[in-house]
Amino acid sequence: MAVNQAIASLRRHFLSDQTPATGTAKINVGTTERLLSTAGGALLTYYGIKRGTSPGGVTMATLGGALLFRGATGYCSVNEALGRDTSDHELKPIEITQTFTLFKYRHDVYNFWRHLENLPRFMHHLQKVTQLDSKRSHWEAKIPGGLGTIAWEAEIVDDRPDELISWRSLPGSQIDNSGEVTFIEAPGGKGTEVQATICYRAPIGALGKSVATLLNPALAQMVREDLRRFKQLMESGEIPTIEGQPSGRA
Amino acid sequence: MRALCWVGVNDLKVEQVPDPGILNPKDAIVRVTMSSVCGSDLHLLGGYVPAMREGDIIGHEFMGEVVEVGSEVRKLQRGDRVVVSSVIGCGGCWHCNQGEWSLCDNSNTDAGLLEKAYGYSGAGIFGYSHAFGGYAGSHAEYIRVPYADNGSFKIPEGVKDESALFVSDAFPTGFMAADMCGIQPGDVVAVWGCGGVGQMAIRSAYLLGASRVIAIDRFPERLEIARTIGQAETLNYEEVDVLEMLKEMTGGRGPDRCIDAVGMEAHTTGVEHLYDKAKQMVRLETDRPAVLRQAIMACRKGGTVSIVGVYGGLLDKFPMGAAMNKALTFRMGQMHAQRYIPHLLDIVQRGEVDPSYLLTHRWPLEKGMEGYTMFKKKTDNCMRVVFTPQEA
Repeated sequence: MAVNQAIASLRRHFLSDQTPATGTAKINVGTTERLLSTAGGALLTYYGIKRGTSPGGVTMATLGGALLFRGATGYCSVNEALGRDTSDHELKPIEITQTFTLFKYRHDVYNFWRHLENLPRFMHHLQKVTQLDSKRSHWEAKIPGGLGTIAWEAEIVDDRPDELISWRSLPGSQIDNSGEVTFIEAPGGKGTEVQATICYRAPIGALGKSVATLLNPALAQMVREDLRRFKQLMESGEIPTIEGQPSGRA
Repeated sequence: MRALCWVGVNDLKVEQVPDPGILNPKDAIVRVTMSSVCGSDLHLLGGYVPAMREGDIIGHEFMGEVVEVGSEVRKLQRGDRVVVSSVIGCGGCWHCNQGEWSLCDNSNTDAGLLEKAYGYSGAGIFGYSHAFGGYAGSHAEYIRVPYADNGSFKIPEGVKDESALFVSDAFPTGFMAADMCGIQPGDVVAVWGCGGVGQMAIRSAYLLGASRVIAIDRFPERLEIARTIGQAETLNYEEVDVLEMLKEMTGGRGPDRCIDAVGMEAHTTGVEHLYDKAKQMVRLETDRPAVLRQAIMACRKGGTVSIVGVYGGLLDKFPMGAAMNKALTFRMGQMHAQRYIPHLLDIVQRGEVDPSYLLTHRWPLEKGMEGYTMFKKKTDNCMRVVFTPQEA
């Protein structure tokens, strides 16, 4: 019953003319399907990853990742920066923040990130980013499991050299996506504190909340691993790996 | 190539596996000529360190010859004879730049796993489970060495293979144990454990100015080596009351510096050992800290306890009251090999220390399981079994 109510609430929301908070969402997956995709995806991904690299685990994680991708195509933006109204409790976003300190100069760290074409070098789901002009860029991501690609356009909303970059997808995109990254000089000559914030909009209602609770750790870990690869690449010049090394598993 | 793989708790097999290749620009491939067993491997074998996967190649203390280098390797060339640090350091993070190589931020490929257990993750280590990066180990004909310029050191001409080998791990670990003690002139240093690391800690304590070193173990042949080659006074804990003896031997003060070169699988006598073993078996504690407890009790007021024996998780009955009220200083950690290896190679080249006496058995990989069993049980006066992967 509660599930039906939540789904009905979701339908009311998405079928109404009310503009989504970010104003860019193009929802092309049915509401019920999306809700179930997200929940199932989060579960499968989480447990798939937990099971490590056993063949079953990989399949589960891949399938989970694909579902997750579909379910989460209702990203929100960094509400504060964009002056978004978050008073609508049904649209409470999940905000994921991760921080690393990089033993590099702030200017260099900012520059590397601002050159958006660099992002796929450490963000594993991204395939390619092309800068269209000083503000706008075209993004392509692969859907986990070889299920094709997804593309969208984004614009830089705020850009303060050596301090902050924030972005969001443009209206009409397949994915409503946004984020913000700040660069702060760490005390004691320890380098630069890099903080990335990504927002996702959770499905609505009580069920939505529990789905969000499920979803959050997996997504937070994905963002964290992206940022960790950024640190590895910046500090050591490469991303350490064991993929392709020998073992007796064969 | 042939490689010694972990296939289950207390089960190792030589398997035919693909040769390693360059995966990253800073990698090198080393043809392994010697690869030693290490006490810390026993924790993996016994199943005390989780995150081992069937088929993982073990071994982390090794030397060999560079046969291939990645495009970003600057200091090494094909044909170089090198000894390689067991701990992998990226060289670019803040910790590596502080000389704290085993705290490297970047070399663990699966840092998220250790972050859950420890809050933050340390460096990757060769052949030391997926909690430490899952890197293929050195008990194999070839090994891929990531960040090769940082961790591989050319062995000076005239230094024999068996003298250079232990500069990979046992010697820097023992040296760091003594270094962390902050030895002052006149200090008495007590060393628990007379395996490879303990023997090197004894030598290092003297190198760093200790006036006397007292070594503690239960195997007569190891105590004999500590006495004859290490110039230590020795105590067999199965024969004497260690706390009483240490007090007596130090004018009632207690040793100024205490080194734990044993770690989580310590043995002791009587009820305490049974208590720890039982709790460990049902996983109520993961580590048996008998040595650490004794070191804390034995240490003089205001002294230093230096820990290089490996601990993995949680321990029980930790005498915090004694530690606090005696104002002890604790220093500990996996060794920062890259910081010490150049200095130690000099010491070996000058002949001040020749660690080759640790090598008691030189065997092919095919005797891997037998080698570890002997090493664990210390039969046949075994100190260290060294595998020579090029010999079948």
